[in-house]
Amino acid sequence: MNLAIFLLALFDGVAYAALVFIVALGLTLIFGVMRILNVAHGSLYAIGAYTTVSLTGWILALGFAPVLAFPLMIVSAILVGIVIGGPLEYFLLRRIYDKSEVLQLLVTFAVFMILEDVQRLVWGTQPYFDSSALQVLGNISVFGVTYTIYQLILLPLIAVVLLLGMRFFLRHTLTGKLITATTEDREAAQSIGVDADKVFLFTFIIGAVLAGLGGALASPTTSILPGMGADMIVLSFAVVATAGLGQIEGAALTALMIGLGRSFAVYLYPEFSVLVPYLIMVVVLLVRPEGLFGSPAARKI
Amino acid sequence: MTNSFVKRTVAAMVAGALPVMAIAADKPESLNIGMTAFLTGPASVFGVPARDAAEIMVDNINADGGINGVPIDITFIDEGAGAEALTSEYRRMVESGSAEVMLASISSGNCQTIAPLAEDLQVPNLMWDCGTQRIFEENDYQYVFRTQANATPEMLATVLYLLKTNPDFKTIAVVNQDYAWGRDSWDIFSTALKAMKPDVEVLAEFFPKFGSPDFSTEISRLQALQPDVILSTSWGGDLDTFVQQASQRGLLNSSTFVLPLAESSLERLGSALTDGHIVGARGDHYFLHPERRDDEDFKSFMAQYEEKTGDVSVYPVFHASQAIAALQGAYEKAIEENGVEWPSEEQLLAALEGLTFQGLGRPVTLREDNQGIEDQLLGTSVQTGDYPFATMQNIMIFDGEELTTPVGQNSLEWVKTLDASMVDSVTVDQYDN
Repeated sequence: MNLAIFLLALFDGVAYAALVFIVALGLTLIFGVMRILNVAHGSLYAIGAYTTVSLTGWILALGFAPVLAFPLMIVSAILVGIVIGGPLEYFLLRRIYDKSEVLQLLVTFAVFMILEDVQRLVWGTQPYFDSSALQVLGNISVFGVTYTIYQLILLPLIAVVLLLGMRFFLRHTLTGKLITATTEDREAAQSIGVDADKVFLFTFIIGAVLAGLGGALASPTTSILPGMGADMIVLSFAVVATAGLGQIEGAALTALMIGLGRSFAVYLYPEFSVLVPYLIMVVVLLVRPEGLFGSPAARKI
Repeated sequence: MTNSFVKRTVAAMVAGALPVMAIAADKPESLNIGMTAFLTGPASVFGVPARDAAEIMVDNINADGGINGVPIDITFIDEGAGAEALTSEYRRMVESGSAEVMLASISSGNCQTIAPLAEDLQVPNLMWDCGTQRIFEENDYQYVFRTQANATPEMLATVLYLLKTNPDFKTIAVVNQDYAWGRDSWDIFSTALKAMKPDVEVLAEFFPKFGSPDFSTEISRLQALQPDVILSTSWGGDLDTFVQQASQRGLLNSSTFVLPLAESSLERLGSALTDGHIVGARGDHYFLHPERRDDEDFKSFMAQYEEKTGDVSVYPVFHASQAIAALQGAYEKAIEENGVEWPSEEQLLAALEGLTFQGLGRPVTLREDNQGIEDQLLGTSVQTGDYPFATMQNIMIFDGEELTTPVGQNSLEWVKTLDASMVDSVTVDQYDN
């Protein structure tokens, strides 16, 4: 393996890891704060992608410039967070926080199944594809291999910004500190006047927006079709579990490990590429059952 | 059997009680058929068009008075619910007498499960879409017929088209879905290629997981390897994503893509599929079929289909048309040959043997092992501007008879015995577009 190939595999791995991380970030944030594993996260990802494609298609049909696809991604992500995420927490999850983990898992899984059918009702079964955003940015050539700037530069950049932004938000802003306090000890936080319900609602919406954003950002690169959410929830769960549930920096590192592992496998031994994420997960969990960064007490599932 | 006997007896009694009715006594009120198709899941890109088409065709037959006065009533089973649900639903439909004939299925795995089941339930089953060549090579069936080709002629036609249009290529890579079809189709393709052009080097074999959302890494590696030809037998969302991502990154400019199922993705791929790539259709299926596009029946169906769905027809629509044409043809042949108002099951099965019928493509004949002999159409993609997507030029229609494994032989063993002379000797009709 020469240096060029090594670098190519590195680029592919980073681009892939960026997208996985953005979705896993929302999942791990929700778990960290609410101790609930939200399987419906996968549906929010898919709906984010569908919404972006529909909005972009609509705007383009009206004759606007394709560059508007970028703000539309953010619009779609926020729509997913507020229209679906908000009511989901407020009307459903709020009632099951003190129930057993198995029940919580079943409820979010049920929501996932329902949302899968909603997607089919709204968008049908035929795949959608709209890569306007990606084409706006054009291509870049590295060692004779053409990459899209969107995947090679923009996605990793957004992932890094989100990671740093989330750290800053949780540690240096009032809302962030309230979230951290509620995470540490809900009862103590409530006794000093923190409105835990509001904190949970807010956190869940942020998590849902991140899922929607993951889907929105993935949409120009892939076919949007039924079932895409299921694949993503499995992969991002692998990331989150390997990192330790609720660990944001850990999720970033694990996403990177899995992304790189997968791309090097495609270069060296393609038959292994599907196995790599789960192989990494198994090895890590054998050695550290609480995950790379997790503490044993924090584990619930 | 008993159920249908009871039903016929009841029908006879009802008819006897109403002497003014013109319908003959032993005719059923309706011919109930069941059809399995993916209505959910990734393969619904095939199942939904096939269901829509089958509904139109059944309505058309019924509007013309049905089969000898008996209207067809079609019910659908979703293959997307899984093999277990499919077999129990299939069994229930047959045993409750709500289907006289079954049309199953899209998935090769489901066909392999259903073939022995149909035999067991003694229900005539027309395999209308699945590709595996193994069905009639590994077993003999009395009740199971395939109204279309199988993977062997489909892959063989692709190899022949490639060798006829690009005789000098040196290297190839493959990107297929990691499941039975992706693996089996590559086995047949690579065996045929080795037999007919042994000097070709296989640079890479990728089998990304079924439903993979991202082929970026594979595309990077293909750009580094620069194969002359890239084969992908993928379909649906996987094929769309692969071709779109490859197109975005310029891979379509440096390699010739060979896409045996791309006919079903042409409309969705839009401008991403550039000129000069090989497009297959799993048979002579194409909404601009060069021999059929001016025929009245073809034109009127295409118009009906586009009006109903808003899309152009894809190959599962043609496959559905063949199964329904076979059904209608078999009943009419059995009625005529036996001089009866309505055939018994034995008469129907006898009529299916050696039956020739015509759906939307060229006529198809059922061979003695119940395998259909279907011709194969391939073309080269071209963006003409007449449609917002690629259409085909330099179309070749290969004679199915010469490409289908002889009765009683194993496909892979037979394909090994072929050689380069087949490229010139094969019967083929060519059309500019």
